[in-house]
Amino acid sequence: MGIEFRDVGKTYPDGTVAVTGFSCTVPSHRTLALVGTSGSGKTTLMRMVNRMVEPTTGSVLIDDRDVLGLDKVELRRSIGYVPQAGGLLPHRRVVDNVATVPVLTGTPKRAAREAARGLLELVGLDPALGSRYPAQLSGGQQQRVAVARALAADPNVLLMDEPFGAVDPIVRRGLQDQLLQLQAELGKTIVLVTHDIDEAFRLGDEVVVLKTGGIVAQTGTPQQIMADPADDFVRDFIGSDRAERSLRTVAVDGRSLVVDGDGRPVGVLEG
Amino acid sequence: MTLFGDALAWITDGAHWGGAGGIDHRILQHLLVTFAAVALAALLALPLGLLIGHTGRGRLVVVALAGAVRAVPTLGLLTLLGLALGIGIEAPLLALVALAFPSLLAGAYAGIEAADRGAVDAARALGMSEWQLLTRVEVPLGADVIVGGIRAATLQVVATATLAAYISDTGLGRYLFAGLKSRDYVQMLAGALLVAALALLLDLTMAALQRASRPTTRKVPA
Amino acid sequence: MTWVQANRDYVLDMLLQHVRLSVPAILISVLVAVLLGRIAWRWPRAGTVVLGTASLLYSVPALPLLIVIPVLLGIPLRSGLTLVVALAVYGTALLAGTAADAFRSVDERVREAAEAMGYSRAGLFWRVDLPLAVPVLLSGVRVITVSTVSLVTIGALVGIPSLGNLLTDGFQRDIRAEIVTGVVATMLLAVALDGLLVATGRLVTPWRGNVATGVTT
Repeated sequence: MGIEFRDVGKTYPDGTVAVTGFSCTVPSHRTLALVGTSGSGKTTLMRMVNRMVEPTTGSVLIDDRDVLGLDKVELRRSIGYVPQAGGLLPHRRVVDNVATVPVLTGTPKRAAREAARGLLELVGLDPALGSRYPAQLSGGQQQRVAVARALAADPNVLLMDEPFGAVDPIVRRGLQDQLLQLQAELGKTIVLVTHDIDEAFRLGDEVVVLKTGGIVAQTGTPQQIMADPADDFVRDFIGSDRAERSLRTVAVDGRSLVVDGDGRPVGVLEG
Repeated sequence: MTLFGDALAWITDGAHWGGAGGIDHRILQHLLVTFAAVALAALLALPLGLLIGHTGRGRLVVVALAGAVRAVPTLGLLTLLGLALGIGIEAPLLALVALAFPSLLAGAYAGIEAADRGAVDAARALGMSEWQLLTRVEVPLGADVIVGGIRAATLQVVATATLAAYISDTGLGRYLFAGLKSRDYVQMLAGALLVAALALLLDLTMAALQRASRPTTRKVPA
Repeated sequence: MTWVQANRDYVLDMLLQHVRLSVPAILISVLVAVLLGRIAWRWPRAGTVVLGTASLLYSVPALPLLIVIPVLLGIPLRSGLTLVVALAVYGTALLAGTAADAFRSVDERVREAAEAMGYSRAGLFWRVDLPLAVPVLLSGVRVITVSTVSLVTIGALVGIPSLGNLLTDGFQRDIRAEIVTGVVATMLLAVALDGLLVATGRLVTPWRGNVATGVTT
């Protein structure tokens, strides 16, 4: 069960190879973070799940069913999708944005709007914001709406395409916390694309580090990757050498203070 | 469809060429009136447009003027001036100048406006005078838009010059009105085809000119 | 003013004729131009041909077009249909490029997200692309509306009645008041239709203009 990438590859008609021979399984209720620089094929891989891109080799399966055998539109409606910044429908009020998929699948508008207001609360927004247009919200609020919209049809699978990439670090942190809390309650199967390794480590149960051309540099839990980077590429990508990653403890007034490579304190060691 | 054949035969008939009312004479007349009107209008509109574009003052007036003139029926302008000035060439010429003016003005102003503000700012910071800024940065960068304005004006003038034959014995439009009056559809169609061909050729020429004046952006290898 | 008072019925009749000729021409232009613009947007290579032909057609002056169309379609020169077709060709030629631009103006991120959420092809067109193309499209429709209303007057030269009759009749009978009335009435009609378009535009794009109000974080 879950999502399975079975030896998938994607070569575009112009000969560009985006992904080659990628295999990976995301168990149900877990989060897979695909992380890499631009051109690493991470977005291509995620888009194969809802057939926004179709693999040229191999197959993608959701709960053991090949997505290529499913109706494209039906498939997409059954999967929650959180786009990058700017993916809300600018001409629809916030409630109607959230109610999009339920309305598409035939839920009466009133009921869908009612449910949408509840979802706004779930993602930490004032339901009164529902009657605004997306452009009247801040970037962080817009991405909360995007998350609410993705959850509206109660899908089992969520795809997230650099969902918090365009907001400032403090807001991003808040959005990540919110997502972790939601995930603890809802237990969706999530494929998340990001170029931010810290985000991948925070949100992913499993992380795939990709190199240019969709080549897997390393797959593992955040702990495994941090503890044992596979090669120099991964070491460089996760920033093992960066000062804020090389922590050590110093004793100050009888307590163990954790400091980074530059000697700046980051916390206190407990126990 | 035989009408088209007849019209082509009418055009290629040697008897309709040469002399005061000949096709060649009328084509020349049509072109001369067009160029004269565009040139006269340009003399006034281009400097004004450049000034507005450079200073940024009065742009609302330009936009409003260009919009308003589109709404004026050209035939009304022609007939009014025709009544006021009589049968000569003055009335159509004045009407054509008035029609060409807004397009030229808008083109000149938009051309300057289109020049990359960053480049203009940098040039000012380098110490260029306002005049140097206009002639060496803004005009070269906006040249194709300015020529685009001239193209639009020419297109409009060459079309309206056809209507001018209604109030004055000028240009190719005469064949249309003469044919209309004598119910000679062949002559009328021949006139229509001549005007259409002339306008097309002129516009294609102007389009080529516009392409040629597009600023070449040289890419510096990294 | 005395001329207008003495000829009120005539002016109103010509105004009505003018509306009857210009409104269908504008509506046909919009429909055909949106179709062509969509084609040009969807298939850029075919689009180059379509838009190139349109701009070529646009450079043919209206009066010759008016004379060629009856020969091509086999309809009488003095019929209102001739003028409507000529103006529709003209309006389409002018608007097709703008229509293609209008579809191009739709944010690709929005289209992608909508597609990923499961909009069908038709749904994407009617509920996402078309509404979001309205602002740019409308700017083009305003231009062709004004130019079409003004161009209807030349029909009077070949005997298709409109406010243009006030121009030709006034010229032939040397009545300046009649010409001025014709010019002013034509312009007022253009302004009125333009105002109607602007108002409709505001009504169908409520999300614009509200943007600046009440942003909170």
